[in-house]
Amino acid sequence: MNARMMTALGLALGAFAAAAGAQTIAITGGKVFPVSGPPIENGTVLIRDGKIVAVGANVAIPADAQRVDASGKWVTPGLVNPGNQLGLAEVGFGADANESHARTPDNIAASFRAWDGLNPHSVYIPATREDGITSNLSIPVGGLVAGQGALIDLLSTSRADMIVKAPAVMVAQITDDQSAGTGARGQLLAKLRALLDDAKYYAAHRAEFDRGQARTMTVPRAELEAMVPVIQGRLPFLIYADQASDIEAALALAKEYGFKLILGSAAEGWMVADKIAAAKVPVIVGAMNNIPNSFASLGTRQDNAALLRKAGVTVALMGNAGGGDEELLNVRNIRYEAGNAVGYGMSWDDALRAITLVPAELFGAADRIGSLQPGREANVVVWDGDPFEFATHATAVFIRGQRQTDTSRQDLLMQRYKTLPPAYEGP
Amino acid sequence: MRMIPLALAIALLGCATAKGAQAPATTTPARAPAADTSHTATYGPGALSEPNADPFPSTYKPFPSKPTIIRNVTILTAAGPRIEHGAVLLRDGKIAVVAKSADAPEIAQAAARQGTVVIDGTGKFLTPGLIDVHSHIGDYPAPGVQANSDGNEATNPSTPNVWAEHSVWPQDPQFPRALAGGVTTMQILPGSANLIGGRSVVVKVVPSRTVQGMKFPGAKYGLKMACGENPKRVYGQRGGPSTRMGNVAGYRAQWIKAEEYRRKWDKWNADHKGDPPARDLAMETLAEVLRGNILVHNHCYRADEMAQMIDIAHEFGYKIRAFHHAVEAYKIADILAKEGIGAAVWADWGGFKMEALDAVRGNLALVAHAGVRAMIHSDDPSGVQRLNQEVAKALAAGRALGFDISEDEAVKWMTINPAWALDLDSKIGSIEPGKNADVVLWSGDPFSVYTHTEKVWIDGALLYDRSDPKQQWRTDFELGFVPQPTSGAQTTGGTQR
Repeated sequence: MNARMMTALGLALGAFAAAAGAQTIAITGGKVFPVSGPPIENGTVLIRDGKIVAVGANVAIPADAQRVDASGKWVTPGLVNPGNQLGLAEVGFGADANESHARTPDNIAASFRAWDGLNPHSVYIPATREDGITSNLSIPVGGLVAGQGALIDLLSTSRADMIVKAPAVMVAQITDDQSAGTGARGQLLAKLRALLDDAKYYAAHRAEFDRGQARTMTVPRAELEAMVPVIQGRLPFLIYADQASDIEAALALAKEYGFKLILGSAAEGWMVADKIAAAKVPVIVGAMNNIPNSFASLGTRQDNAALLRKAGVTVALMGNAGGGDEELLNVRNIRYEAGNAVGYGMSWDDALRAITLVPAELFGAADRIGSLQPGREANVVVWDGDPFEFATHATAVFIRGQRQTDTSRQDLLMQRYKTLPPAYEGP
Repeated sequence: MRMIPLALAIALLGCATAKGAQAPATTTPARAPAADTSHTATYGPGALSEPNADPFPSTYKPFPSKPTIIRNVTILTAAGPRIEHGAVLLRDGKIAVVAKSADAPEIAQAAARQGTVVIDGTGKFLTPGLIDVHSHIGDYPAPGVQANSDGNEATNPSTPNVWAEHSVWPQDPQFPRALAGGVTTMQILPGSANLIGGRSVVVKVVPSRTVQGMKFPGAKYGLKMACGENPKRVYGQRGGPSTRMGNVAGYRAQWIKAEEYRRKWDKWNADHKGDPPARDLAMETLAEVLRGNILVHNHCYRADEMAQMIDIAHEFGYKIRAFHHAVEAYKIADILAKEGIGAAVWADWGGFKMEALDAVRGNLALVAHAGVRAMIHSDDPSGVQRLNQEVAKALAAGRALGFDISEDEAVKWMTINPAWALDLDSKIGSIEPGKNADVVLWSGDPFSVYTHTEKVWIDGALLYDRSDPKQQWRTDFELGFVPQPTSGAQTTGGTQR
């Protein structure tokens, strides 16, 4: 390669970086909620090359910075929805457009990497990010062990580009013994225990396994291999459990096997809040359900999140309004879940943290997303008011420093039919 | 000795209801035939198919109430502009006075009277009781177990013979939760598995041992019909319909039979000549629709299917009162306005199946803007508790579209407009003198996410009070099963920013 070519290449790379990471952006004058620290009145968030470089009240703004005036507005980290099928399911049912559920003979799908079926061009992604949700934990569902989920940034680029962390969690449930292919809770737990025993044995006896000298295993090799990071405490094990006694069973399993437990749903968590707190196990719970919809969730109540916080439990908030309406198009409603959590006793600061920094921490990505700090990805949202209020809109959404300006399919439909009969003209 | 007359009375009732039996002289038929000497036989009510028959009459009685004043409150009346610092007097189950200030003479006089409850509403809002036109509470109760799954008679694609009230379990714990959300009246419908699902029932959200004790006196029945994916999914492998064209053929076949039935019975009811025609529960319900005595509530997502249902209604001469789950109503808002058909919608639920793919948050506002009677509905025991929040979302979406919509207008989407859909707008749905005293006191603006209901009155009786656990209805099921709120209960909001 000659010097001229190298120069040309260097220039080209430089130009590309400038185009992609691009400009320096200064979001000025807003009420800034870094989450990692106290709010800053009249604060500035400075973004360069896709990263946050400064946050504060007295940030020097470079002359070449593109300014975004956030006077009178609220500035937060991009919101993180900690668990749903966004990007995995385009239509709930009846359309063969659902990639969230693996099929296995034994209802154990640990090797299922749900993000391998992630559709970067899901129409729900623009509809979600225009409401200020910039990251999402996209997880599989079904069976006993549903598979592995990924934390993604809500870009519409490619799987590889969108992934913040994959795998971010292993997902299982112990609340529904039928879905687990068992007939009773005790059998479900025995099955899960056998899997954990096998994974533990396998991790210590790979060579014997390869020589065919291992003891008989309950699941195939790929499943065992996938469970190794779980059993070694490297990959969080997100277990959905609602009944207080099931939650206690999950806590006991985590203690016995030493895995890193995150409790999901935890409808009756408030009944054993002190035990969850003592075990230092974080929970992902909703704030919009109070219906005793099964005998395993008779204690469901809307102030669960607040009561868990009060007991000292780390809480992230997920959608649980029920009826499936927390999925797909309504992944965007996580901010109202937070508002309702506040309505039922959680502090506003805790609620914002529960949909930003807490999920980022739980999934091992707090060094990249979830707060407004230098060095973090510039996932930033400007709101024209309190983000938990219905009247509030996201006026500017940045993901990795790029302002998101595309129009969702829902917006296109409304534009088309705002005047009737429709003109059927572009876009 | 009391036993004998009682046994006799039961025996006599038994005779009276036996089909075709000669009624004993001591009883009268439920509906005496008009003067017609050619007709000799008398019939028990069960033998006849008569308009507006009421074999399961409401036994609802308003709960005890005290004259109540709520003053210094912001009133969203659903009948015009809001009243700031206003006052209302609830008396004898009715809204007696709506005043622009607590100093109004009628309010001041009532306040001075002993026994009047006076509530200070400073900083709070008062709205009419909320109305949900689409609920399955009671027929799909919680816990959602097979044993209590009574919402879909999925044994035949057309079951106009079934009545939702016969499935409603008054001890469903979802009822008190809806009440706590400010809902005072709801229509409970059969599910949507069937083309024609059966009769709905309109209930007041009150504790009762029987469904009859909840039934809204004088409310018309509704007929549940369903378009699209659900019937063809349920029956596609069970003899059909398996296509949308099969659905339409199914509706039309039913209406053809119904029209014949209506003709025969109307003739017989007019002249009582000869033996009465055979009674058919299914056709009877449809005949009542054709006579205009039952309102059609049509589950229909897609715009093109709604247009076809309108043509079917024209073909057979009935009216569709409202399309429910009308996800695409915004695409044909002009047609709905012209036809005078209401649109009952969600704020933003969509995507869960193909026919729900085009859900937009602006739906309600777009439809209302076109002059359609637009309303929120839940179809969901969770959503019903937050109809105000659903309306708040729809309001924000409408404003984002550039429509100038006031909260005073938006409140109609959950009060007077659903009241209209049930043909009860002369009794409920607004805060006006003479209306039933169904009102909700909110801790603040009902369209804020942080606002709670504080108190709910039905017919002037305080039936829910967030500050008083004794005024929080717990169903029989909940006793012992659902843990009592403990001392740690958080019913007030957390620290806000």
